[in-house]
Amino acid sequence: MTEPTSDLLRFATVGSVDDGKSTLIGRLLVDTRQLFDDQLEAVATASAKRGVGDLDLSFVTDGLRAERDQGITIDVAYRYAATPTRKFVIADCPGHVQYTRNMATGASTADVALVVLDASKGLKEQTRRHLCIAALLGVRHVIVAANKMDVAKWDEAVYLAVVDQVNEVSARLGFTSSVVIPVSALAGDNVVEPGFMANWYQGPTVLQALEAAPAGSWASSSSGARLPIQWVLRQHGGGRTYAGMVNGGEFTVGQEVHLMPQGVKTVLKAINGPRGGLEVALPGLSVDFDLTDETDAGRSDMLATAPLPTATSEFEATICWFSDKSLTNGARLRLKHTTRSTPVRVTGIAGTLDVGTLEVGPANEVVLNDIGLVHLATAEPIVVDDYRDNRVTGSFILIDEVTNATVAAGMIGHANFL
Amino acid sequence: MTTSTHPQIDHLDLLESHAIFIIREVVAECERPVLLFSGGKDSAVLLHLAVKAFAPQKLPFPVMHVDTGHNFPEVLAYRDERVATLGLRLEVASVQEAIDQGRVPDPGPLGMRNQLQTRALLDGIEKHKFDAAFGGARRDEDKARAKERVLSFRGVFGGWDPKIQRPELWQLYQGKVNAGENLRAFPLSDWTELDVWNYIRRENVPLPSIYFAHERPVLKRDNMWLAVGEFIHPQHGEVVERHLVRFRTVGDASCTGAVRSGADTLDAIIAEISVTNVSERGATRADDRFSETAMEDRKREGYF
Repeated sequence: MTEPTSDLLRFATVGSVDDGKSTLIGRLLVDTRQLFDDQLEAVATASAKRGVGDLDLSFVTDGLRAERDQGITIDVAYRYAATPTRKFVIADCPGHVQYTRNMATGASTADVALVVLDASKGLKEQTRRHLCIAALLGVRHVIVAANKMDVAKWDEAVYLAVVDQVNEVSARLGFTSSVVIPVSALAGDNVVEPGFMANWYQGPTVLQALEAAPAGSWASSSSGARLPIQWVLRQHGGGRTYAGMVNGGEFTVGQEVHLMPQGVKTVLKAINGPRGGLEVALPGLSVDFDLTDETDAGRSDMLATAPLPTATSEFEATICWFSDKSLTNGARLRLKHTTRSTPVRVTGIAGTLDVGTLEVGPANEVVLNDIGLVHLATAEPIVVDDYRDNRVTGSFILIDEVTNATVAAGMIGHANFL
Repeated sequence: MTTSTHPQIDHLDLLESHAIFIIREVVAECERPVLLFSGGKDSAVLLHLAVKAFAPQKLPFPVMHVDTGHNFPEVLAYRDERVATLGLRLEVASVQEAIDQGRVPDPGPLGMRNQLQTRALLDGIEKHKFDAAFGGARRDEDKARAKERVLSFRGVFGGWDPKIQRPELWQLYQGKVNAGENLRAFPLSDWTELDVWNYIRRENVPLPSIYFAHERPVLKRDNMWLAVGEFIHPQHGEVVERHLVRFRTVGDASCTGAVRSGADTLDAIIAEISVTNVSERGATRADDRFSETAMEDRKREGYF
């Protein structure tokens, strides 16, 4: 396990449309004073223009004209914030089912999901879908803001009903921690400042929960070290080095490394980092490697240490499907995995997930926003780890060969709950 | 080269490495990339990273300056110095040329030219058949930029459609385009203004002198200090004053404002922006003040 930056937490907002995700992020940013005066003023002006009160907090991240006119989030907004305790990268995701692909984009790099739901309405189907996707993407920690508690008259029974629902789903999806916080994003209770309306609640505010959440879990891995080769650099004097970004674990000079899928062993002679030579290359660093032996290594090959990845051209995967056109057995697409792109064919559809019951049922096709279990065959072998062991070497995207649109997010293997 | 025995890496190391990763990925996937180089601090950092990504080889693609014709002389000198020192191939996409050839209307000697940059940029991309253009844009700059992907797909008209952005998951940057389409690639997407300055200090990235405090004649227009010179003259009773100023961003000389500041070192600049109450674009860009969605509207037309 490596946790390169415990001072930086990446989190994504998750949940159904209109439950208050953007308003909560707006409240969080305003109350922690992350906004410049001119930005705050611009939000006030835009609010007045649309007759939505003095300060529509959702406008802090809903920056597109259509978003403000329609009062919804269409695509992810990335915001950067810092408190005295740590730095945050915030992905404020859309809740609307039509924009599930954008939610997946925002959640794919998150350490933590901040789930926002309307407390009186509980876990809607779309919230459950988002929770499933977050769980599949490898999010292990959820912070749940039971929002609009002011509308629910701060009724503890409403809060406890949410806690029950969350606990049930959380156990099923395998989240290792979940905390439910009664919140009014609109009024600011329990977001940054404690709320005095809920004297029955003794837990953390949203900010306290975010500051305490485990950071860096995105990059954590139980695989060996991996370097997918991006580029071959010609050195002065005729040598070659192999450039890429390290993931999974660390490489050390003098160590035996495997070139895959060739299956050739060699020794790591030298490591160059962005600031010069290194003895050790940690995950997240862009480096280039000098190897002891001559090899035919090139872009899309991988250097790896034990436990080794698998070179395969047939595998099982979990996919989130983003295209209006359904996926059927036999379909041909392009697959991008680490630095390799190769044609791929669907050789079987094992089933799709019912997000209501969390059961996988048989299916002939995978339709828009479905989570499907599929078997794939690639033209060239790819070098993979199970997604649960390594999020970089376990992930891929599927691409339409004609339009070049990204039509699916894929993960090698399947989660325990599937 | 020195060998570090301390494997600890910090936030700036990770931003740097991620940017280098993106640059290498785009160059590997695209046929004819180009780096948009304005001479501003963000493009200076971008160029620095691109050079690192391919060292010791020379940069395997050219740089392009979208030249509004309203330049600060210090910035042009800086551009030419960088090109010569690093042995770069420079293309210039000229707004003046577009005006002279009648491709865009002439806004007059005092008109702002930021809007016209878009046309010069698109013409430059088309002329050289570039399929990917690196830019130094950051998501913390503007609420529309906060929504844009690292690889921003642009159709044959070069415009951004925020409703149909490609999903961009994990670290899988997908750069395939069909003929006539192109990408804008923003390796500094996750950097903040402060990250950029801290990186400039750490790496000694050279910058144009106007980023540092200096005394010059300025006048106040629309609540902003503009540098009096070839493109800005006093009108209707505007008063020319001499002040100690510096520029927080570098753009078209007719619409980029200066800030009153005595910060003449990187340490002083970093101290100053650490406590500022005003955003970078709010302080210095006249062109963003006209409408709520100025940046989004320009991007839809094909802007950076």
